[in-house]
Amino acid sequence: MAALRTRAAGWWSGSILGRHLLVALLGLVVVVAVSESVSDFRNLQLASMAYLGIAAGGLTVLTGLNGQISLGHGALMAIGAYTTALLLDDREASTPLPLVVLAAVVVTLVVGIAVGAAAARLHGPYLAGATLALAVAVPGIALYFKEQLGGEQGLRVVVPDIPTWALDLAYFVTGQDLTRSRYVAYLAWFTLIVTFVLLANLSRSRVGRRWRAVRDDEVAAELAGVRLGRSRVSAFVVSAAAAGAAGAMMAVTVRLAAPSGFTLTLSLTLLSAVVLGGLGSLAGALIGAALLTFLPQVVTDLGVDAGLSDIRAAELAPLVYGVVMVLVVLLAPAGIVGTVRGAVLRRRGRSAPPAATTTGAAADPTTSTSTSTSTDAGPDPGASPGTSTDPDSTATTTSKGSTT
Amino acid sequence: MPPSTSTAATPAATGGTALALRGVSVSFGGVHALTGVDLAVAPGTVHGVIGPNGAGKTTLFNVACGFVVPDEGTIERRGEQLTRLRPHDLAGLGMARTLQGLGLFDRVTVLENVLVGADRHARTGFLTALLGLPRAAREERALRDRAMAVLERLDVASYAARYPASLPYPVRKRVALARALAAEPDLLLLDEPASGLGADDMTELGDLVQSLSRDEGVSVLLVEHHMDLVMRVCDEITVLDFGRRIASGTPAQVRDDPAVLAAYLGEQVG
Repeated sequence: MAALRTRAAGWWSGSILGRHLLVALLGLVVVVAVSESVSDFRNLQLASMAYLGIAAGGLTVLTGLNGQISLGHGALMAIGAYTTALLLDDREASTPLPLVVLAAVVVTLVVGIAVGAAAARLHGPYLAGATLALAVAVPGIALYFKEQLGGEQGLRVVVPDIPTWALDLAYFVTGQDLTRSRYVAYLAWFTLIVTFVLLANLSRSRVGRRWRAVRDDEVAAELAGVRLGRSRVSAFVVSAAAAGAAGAMMAVTVRLAAPSGFTLTLSLTLLSAVVLGGLGSLAGALIGAALLTFLPQVVTDLGVDAGLSDIRAAELAPLVYGVVMVLVVLLAPAGIVGTVRGAVLRRRGRSAPPAATTTGAAADPTTSTSTSTSTDAGPDPGASPGTSTDPDSTATTTSKGSTT
Repeated sequence: MPPSTSTAATPAATGGTALALRGVSVSFGGVHALTGVDLAVAPGTVHGVIGPNGAGKTTLFNVACGFVVPDEGTIERRGEQLTRLRPHDLAGLGMARTLQGLGLFDRVTVLENVLVGADRHARTGFLTALLGLPRAAREERALRDRAMAVLERLDVASYAARYPASLPYPVRKRVALARALAAEPDLLLLDEPASGLGADDMTELGDLVQSLSRDEGVSVLLVEHHMDLVMRVCDEITVLDFGRRIASGTPAQVRDDPAVLAAYLGEQVG
């Protein structure tokens, strides 16, 4: 039994992909369970949480792991959304949905290379300015090319019919008919899970390590053989690709790609989601996206219950969001996930006995899942002090006990 | 191990040097930081660079690392001229440098810091990493073992999971050294490795530097203010003053050089 446990712990710490896939699978189960038990309206909300989560996940990699700021991720989402809209313009459009999403990702990725190459030379406020220009310019392009991109009205997105295998599979698994909203929610969440697994893989690899090195100290990173420009561009491109996927899912969810959906507010909103959740943490990105999606709704309902008029209640939402934002920044600057994890690590550091190699390794998944929602795609990239870093090596776990 | 291959490769007259600077001049807007400086680090030796503040020691280091492009002069490594040397090339050339300000990555653990240093031994490409293929995981484990071994050698393995900012300065100093050693360089550039260390730590550092050069054939270029350490570990010393080389030779030769005494040591040796 003990041997089995050791082996299981060894596998857990050894196989990064296996661990991420396991968490992803758990996430999928939760998604199905939640989606099947809520209304169509809530399913659409879930879908919008998913696309915001995808974009925030990409942004948290860029900002949290590589230290670059982007005010232009809304624009990158627009590129993904318009690509999707152009490919899904009528019912006869025969491009399969996965290909459409892939195309949206590739187009955004190409734009990301161009923007990233420029961004790699800029720092701080200059980078913010350049990406801000992107956020302002891209919706303008849609207005300028009225014929092709529909101007102010935007482009309608015709979501292809649900394939029969999906209908059959859904009925087989859940015993319920698959509605369109639910289908869209599944699409968006499936995309989120795939994206997060890939992002978590990168974050845990030497690629992610070099991103962090560049973030923390450029000179030392360069001396260790990291090419700063290449590292920055790669982080930007990865982040842009995620934004492209998010844009595609947004187009499919709201069935429209219009300039009004991709204002500067969207970009700023994404950034605030990332900061709220905890920079560099995928779980944090997801929590941020959940807050963005559901907080206004909850606050408005509470306002109405408290006797406010509908309009007054709706006006309450941004105020509460702002207050939450200010409180998080003041009281928990590492973001929600960063703060929780810091507390967990401190407590574990105090209590863990030096000999607890296997329990140490086995304890990690519980902490990482308890701090995050279960749809999190794996132990998250650590950015802020106090985030989890190395549960993998047994030596690390042992040493933790002996030093504290 | 790189050292053996590198030193055996070109036993020619100039090919023997681990690093050679020839006639290097650097000026920053009219200020001559270095003027025609020559310096050659023989393989497997410890070469010290000393001089009063502002003598150009750090500039010399920056030239050797590609941070500063010299106005004149050449840099050679194993007999080959390095043109357009950039800092990120160092690791690939088997060179590693520590920084005066440590430059540790503060928001990742000590182990991760050292892993970045060991990165040149990794071959995992972007796609392999993205997909988390088993190859990536295998290599990651190998890197971790390597990094832990270096941390153990420097007696700081117990801090592997800690964040650098929470550690005492001498420990951070060792971590920075571990990060450089993790690359397994055959030429190590140490920029004031003893500053801020107590006597015991300094003795250990001296022993380590000597064992690196004697037992493992690593060449070391050392900038240091602590004379006793320099005199103890260096096989050869170059003395700079106002950007010029005013003396070079063994510690004994340098110690008795009147120019050096006048410029620098006079006050201290007395």
